[in-house]
Amino acid sequence: MSRVKQFPLPDLGEGLTEGEILKWFVAPGDTVSLNQPIVEVETAKAAVEIPSPYSGVIVELFHGEGATVDVGAPIMSFDTDPGAGPLSEAAPAEAPAAPTTGPLIGEESADGRTAVLVGYGPKASGGKRRPRRTANGAPVSAPVAPTVPATPPAAVTPPAPVAPPVPAHAGPVLAKPPVRKLAKDLGVDLRTVAPTGPNGTISRDDVTAAHAAATATPAAAPAVRPSFGPDREQRVPIKGVRKLTAENMVASAFTAPHVTEFLTVDATRTVKAVERLRAMRDWRDVRVSPLLLVAKAVLLAVRRHPMVNSTWDAERGEIVVKEYVNLGIAAATDRGLIVPNIADAGRLSMRELADAMTDLVETAKSGRTAPAAMQGGTFTITNVGVFGVDTGTPILPPGEAAILAFGAIRQQPWVHKGKVKPRHVTTLGLSFDHRIVDGELGSRFLADIGRFLTDPEATLLAWD
Amino acid sequence: MGDKPSTRPRSGTGRTRRASKRDDEVALQGPTPDPEFVQLLSPDGERVDHPDYSVDFTDEEYRGLYRDLVIVRRLDLESTALQRQGHLAIWASLEGQEAAQIGSGRALRKQDMAFPTYREHGVLWCRGVDPTAPHGLFRGADHGDWDPSEHNFNLYTLVIGAQTLHAVGYAMGIGYDGKVGTDDGEAVIAYFGDGASSQGDVHEACVFAGVYHAPVVLFCQNNQYAISEPVERQTRTPIYQRAAGYGFPGVRVDGNDVLACYAVTRHALDAARHGQGPTLVEAYTYRMGPHTTTDDPTRYRNGSEVETWKQRDPIARVRTFLEKQKIADDAFFAAVDADADRITGRLREYVIDMPDPTPEMLFEHVYAEGSPLQDAERAWFRDYQASFAGEGH
Repeated sequence: MSRVKQFPLPDLGEGLTEGEILKWFVAPGDTVSLNQPIVEVETAKAAVEIPSPYSGVIVELFHGEGATVDVGAPIMSFDTDPGAGPLSEAAPAEAPAAPTTGPLIGEESADGRTAVLVGYGPKASGGKRRPRRTANGAPVSAPVAPTVPATPPAAVTPPAPVAPPVPAHAGPVLAKPPVRKLAKDLGVDLRTVAPTGPNGTISRDDVTAAHAAATATPAAAPAVRPSFGPDREQRVPIKGVRKLTAENMVASAFTAPHVTEFLTVDATRTVKAVERLRAMRDWRDVRVSPLLLVAKAVLLAVRRHPMVNSTWDAERGEIVVKEYVNLGIAAATDRGLIVPNIADAGRLSMRELADAMTDLVETAKSGRTAPAAMQGGTFTITNVGVFGVDTGTPILPPGEAAILAFGAIRQQPWVHKGKVKPRHVTTLGLSFDHRIVDGELGSRFLADIGRFLTDPEATLLAWD
Repeated sequence: MGDKPSTRPRSGTGRTRRASKRDDEVALQGPTPDPEFVQLLSPDGERVDHPDYSVDFTDEEYRGLYRDLVIVRRLDLESTALQRQGHLAIWASLEGQEAAQIGSGRALRKQDMAFPTYREHGVLWCRGVDPTAPHGLFRGADHGDWDPSEHNFNLYTLVIGAQTLHAVGYAMGIGYDGKVGTDDGEAVIAYFGDGASSQGDVHEACVFAGVYHAPVVLFCQNNQYAISEPVERQTRTPIYQRAAGYGFPGVRVDGNDVLACYAVTRHALDAARHGQGPTLVEAYTYRMGPHTTTDDPTRYRNGSEVETWKQRDPIARVRTFLEKQKIADDAFFAAVDADADRITGRLREYVIDMPDPTPEMLFEHVYAEGSPLQDAERAWFRDYQASFAGEGH
């Protein structure tokens, strides 16, 4: 502990950034007692006298009268133990608090904000001082040179320059709980993230940016080549999305008895409908794919068979049948499988549905899906066709009674109007919870989706 | 300390009489620059007689009042200094209002309940609350660190005037509980300011107090300013005269006279505890400092006004009185100063060393006896916090 203490300009009034030194009441070498007025400072709110925080001898004043000083910057230093002999040349003035635990009150944080006791703290720029009173007519003197220390004891080194912003986080990381949660889910170590938020806090964007940076390289490379050790094995920690996915799948597979049914259909008319939609002028900017029609098919079929859109509530011994459909779309992303959903999709028009799906997919791909968007799904479509496979036996997301796998649409020989023709054919796979949905219901539901894809226009007219 | 006026004053200087011609005449005059009020100790330290109010203190009690006044002022100055040095976010100074607070605070009996604003540091001192207790609030670390029921002193209320409703409701409650009507009955005091007198809450409190005859003293410290607005912007009639409209007595007292404040408040409290209903007390005083440390009073009032009020200082007159009457000597005054040094030193240490609150403090003081849901939430939160261990939070 150095006996020389610096005194930083405090925030004198609830969130101020700076103050102007109006008048010094003391000079270097003066002996002062605790709470003796030492300086008058004018801020945007008031001109106030600051009482001395220490008793001792003034070593140095760092600013002249008329100087504008940022809150948190040292304005003077004290020898708090003048009786202990002359100051040594090397004794540096000790800053009021070592910034080991993040910015303290009055200190500047890495982003240039000053930690204050109230509010979010002022930004480094933009503080406006209160209008100058000119009652006595005397203009405030121009800034003068800082007082030179004239004391015999010692010349003290000038105030240590404010430590440069440190990107490393030796001390605690500042982040709000939802941001911590996001970092945890993404597997991002907060200590590696550069903060840009107020008071040196890590924001949500900081985390997603850090995550994007960390995953950018593998996304660009065609395949990630694992780095194997000498034992030719690699150990990947099970965490984040992988861990969550595993927990959900296990929970679902061991509680809901799964049944999967398949249906292969001629989706040529669906493909044509998509092409015609794309050609329509007011749909020109809309991203339309067969998935949109599959989603519409599901929504219409759910309306005809509401029981597939339900939850098994074992705790209360009830099946919760839902009138609304929060339509989940499984998306493969850099960070793994996520299933955001479109809330109340059954109420959307075709166009709204298309926009919502585009939005959902883009958000997911960019890693910006909000946790709330991944909760409360009631029915899910997994579009495995994009990977070129025909179909699969999907596992139910917990709390949902059915899930549809939509496979690749490919041209195949198909008997059409009595002749073998090349047609756009796809295979649908529907898994359902046999506690709720029997084979009959599941089959009817799947068949309805098939009928829609076979003849979207007529079924839409008939069912909508 | 004991004084017991034998009859409840119904008329006389500075008091509202129920429905008389004179009230109407007074009502048109507006606030007077040199108002009439109950005074027992002049600014020169002379005892003044009053037909309705008197005190009969022992020398020891007189010295005690002086000590109270000095210590609360020193604590207040130290708190302002701590704010200026960056240790408190804000401070609301009581400087100038010590007599109103010590006089009324010492008039409270143990069983009486007080509802303060955020400026009642003197009353807090009288109620035996640790004088460091409010500083967490002014640092932003807690909402007030004392048990209101232990000291019969509610937490500071920041919402202007809201506590008058709490007080009147509480007073109606003790009335229903049958705790009123005897010599050792209970009474309630509500503190508020001249600015709050314009709040709807205060009006409602007065309506209920009057209609339900609640055992409450509505104690208004008229310190002349609602932040920057002078009292002339609050009322055209003296505040104490508003009591007539609500149907209970109002009295104006020299708020810089600790003896008068004591006598008037004690009398009003005793009336309340005996079931005689509410009283409005207007303590006519002055806020010597800024509204809070964030305010600059030089922008809205002039120095000569402040100088005038310095001549009416509540502490100087008591000291003069003690010296003239030879009730206290230099050794006593030095001992009081030494006490004040010690107590303010302790305050300084406490504030500078005050730890930041922990996140788990969120769950404290929600339910008196806890709740299973809250226990579960606390446990979840603890696990949640712990789940970040190793991520350097």
